[in-house]
Amino acid sequence: MKIIKTCLTAIISSVMIFSPMAYADKWSDQFPHIKATGDIPGECSYESMSKKNYKGKTLKINTHAVPVMGEPTALHAEQFAKLTGAKVDVTHTPAGDLYAKAMVPFQAGQAPYDIVFGFSNFINDWRRYLEPVPKKYVEMKQMQDVTPSHIGIASWDGVMYQFPVDGDRHYLKYRKDVIDNPKYQKKYKADTGKELRVPRTWKEYGEMAAYFNDWDWDGDGEKEYGSAEVMKKDDLMYAAFYSRSAAYSKNPKTPGGFFFDLETMKPLINNPGFVEALTDWVEATKYVPPGGINFGLGDEIGSFGGGQTLFSFSWDDAFVAAMQPDSPINNKVGAAQLPGAMKVWNRKSNSWDEGFNQAPFFVWGWAVGVAKKSKEKEMAFDYLCFFANEANHQADIGIGRFGVNPFRDADFQADVWTQIGWDKDIAQSYVDTLAEMEKSKNRVFPLRVPGTFEFNAALATAAAKALAGQLSPQAALDEAAKQWEDILNRVGKDNVRKAYAVGVAMEDNKL
Amino acid sequence: MNFKHKYVFLFPGLFVLIGILIFPIIFTIRLSLSGWNSYTPEMNFIGITNYIRLFTDDPRFWESFFRLSFLSVSTVILQYIIGFALALMVWREIKFKRFFRVIFLIPMMTTPVIMTVIWRTFFHESLGPVNDLLGNIGIDPILWLSDPVIAKFTVIIVEVWQWTPFMFLLLLAGLLSLPKEPFLAAAIDGASSFRKFVYVTFPLMAPISIGAIIIRLIEASKIMDTVFVLTSGGPGTATETSSFYIYIKGLREFQMGYAATLSFTYLVIMIISLTIIAKVLTKLMIKE
Repeated sequence: MKIIKTCLTAIISSVMIFSPMAYADKWSDQFPHIKATGDIPGECSYESMSKKNYKGKTLKINTHAVPVMGEPTALHAEQFAKLTGAKVDVTHTPAGDLYAKAMVPFQAGQAPYDIVFGFSNFINDWRRYLEPVPKKYVEMKQMQDVTPSHIGIASWDGVMYQFPVDGDRHYLKYRKDVIDNPKYQKKYKADTGKELRVPRTWKEYGEMAAYFNDWDWDGDGEKEYGSAEVMKKDDLMYAAFYSRSAAYSKNPKTPGGFFFDLETMKPLINNPGFVEALTDWVEATKYVPPGGINFGLGDEIGSFGGGQTLFSFSWDDAFVAAMQPDSPINNKVGAAQLPGAMKVWNRKSNSWDEGFNQAPFFVWGWAVGVAKKSKEKEMAFDYLCFFANEANHQADIGIGRFGVNPFRDADFQADVWTQIGWDKDIAQSYVDTLAEMEKSKNRVFPLRVPGTFEFNAALATAAAKALAGQLSPQAALDEAAKQWEDILNRVGKDNVRKAYAVGVAMEDNKL
Repeated sequence: MNFKHKYVFLFPGLFVLIGILIFPIIFTIRLSLSGWNSYTPEMNFIGITNYIRLFTDDPRFWESFFRLSFLSVSTVILQYIIGFALALMVWREIKFKRFFRVIFLIPMMTTPVIMTVIWRTFFHESLGPVNDLLGNIGIDPILWLSDPVIAKFTVIIVEVWQWTPFMFLLLLAGLLSLPKEPFLAAAIDGASSFRKFVYVTFPLMAPISIGAIIIRLIEASKIMDTVFVLTSGGPGTATETSSFYIYIKGLREFQMGYAATLSFTYLVIMIISLTIIAKVLTKLMIKE
């Protein structure tokens, strides 16, 4: 009896374990991208999409350049075409041109693209030209797992305009094999009198980066450097600057705005907090790799992911790239919250508040919508739904260069990452870092106001001038603040205030 | 005889002219008087507000204009000198003359954007081969793209490499069309090669030289692709040129009305300055 029971248990277990795989194999044989998981049943799975027939129809997509977001867009377009019979044309555009590439035809009342990729903070400018995501997609199972913050990011006034495909935030990445190395900890202590540890403040970050700059500390015969950062103007460098500024300027005691004082709409970006951050950043030009002042996001991913630097901070991509099996620093990196500061500017008292302060920066991320004037809306939403289906999502988040990062509750489980070869403690530190950011009560969210692009471009130009030594940090930020005043006057203070109030409410934990 | 019907034959050309030249200029002028941007996408009328902003509150445009003037004048002078030297070289009876003529033209036949990407890779400060080679002979890495001064010269190097062949081609065509008699006369008089160049070749080449310089100046004043790919106008704004700045305002920040103001002003400045330059060059180089 015991033998029969054991055999039955074994048979039942085998069926339970292998039947989903057998189902999955049908699709993973054809589409090796989902080899690890196979197809995962759902409204937009491979199985479901194969039942659609879009033969004779063409879907036009404008996306980012390869690889970040451009590569997964093209890959899923090819898969979608095979499954549904549709023809899918994918256009790749540099990051700085994504906004205009969509806006020109939007304003001209044309729809050369059915689907447009951009950044989630374009939502205010784009939403009037985008088709709201239909109810059936908003309510489907796949969407239920998206974190509430990312549902909010994709929506405006409760209407979802952007289909969630990515979730971004900035955090610190560091070389665990150096920071946790007792030999280097001893050496650093002996040389500087300080502890070598995951930097708690930007000052510590700078000191360690300068110490580990321009010498071969990993014994590969090549020089390594302190930090890889996005410093290239017009290549999302404004986001890097906000990350460095948050600790000095986001004071939990002074709610009511990080970029502007919501009451007066006076720009705050030239206050001593921001100036301190820019001063640190100018100092950072001394410990980036040669040419680091021209690093865009791709360079930063390649530099840190390729083992060239001790630190980096930006989106998940560099971290995931570093953790890929073919990376020279696979399982040698750690994740932590952005460094903080030992003082934070208080704009009410016009003085520094002493004490540790840290503020995560939610950069949000890639966003994608369907043009209101598109004639292929149903197919376009099906494509986006397929892009973000569970099997594709799990495969995509494990490939650093894809730029697809966690935005679902399921992504915050360490197991998801250990399954793709990450060490358990690294996976745990990664998901803990992301989860801590979600829980923080002192967060900064990016601008989502009319004319966002103008505000960020003015700030980026000023910061770039300071990094290049053309202006002092104070003069550069004064120039940016003056331009922000001009933009406010052109756009209308009330228009900006109304939109900015939404972001401030999120920052002040009122939403 | 009634020749009125001849105007019918002018209409197609006239329509094309209006369509591709007159209409865009008029549209640009009208757009420049509007506040069209990302949040008010309409042809409203705001008078000369944009022009006031340009002349009183936009030093970045004027800085980019003076930077452009430096870049275009210096690249064209270098292209003229090198192009003339190469043309003189293959004008003579030398071995493999045809081979060299083709070789010298290759840079011009390549796609500028692709070549600039290759140059950018060469000049990459930490991963590029140029600094690697310099390192082998003990020279520290040069900040080709991230030093505000050196980056300008990097742009000049790429532009000169790309467009010297154009100058070479025009000047070689000019040299090949020169009459033989003045050279024979100079030879009979026993003039040295240097004197022949100064008193015969150069003056005879003056008209075509002016044409070549003006054509290149017009082209160089629109420099955009090299800057866009090589430096994105950086570091800071160190290599930003007028056309790149107009592109940023119009197609990145989406200030269409203001970008139209910049474009029209730039067009007027270029027409005036190139006319003056052509006159000055004619006066200096062509002696009656």
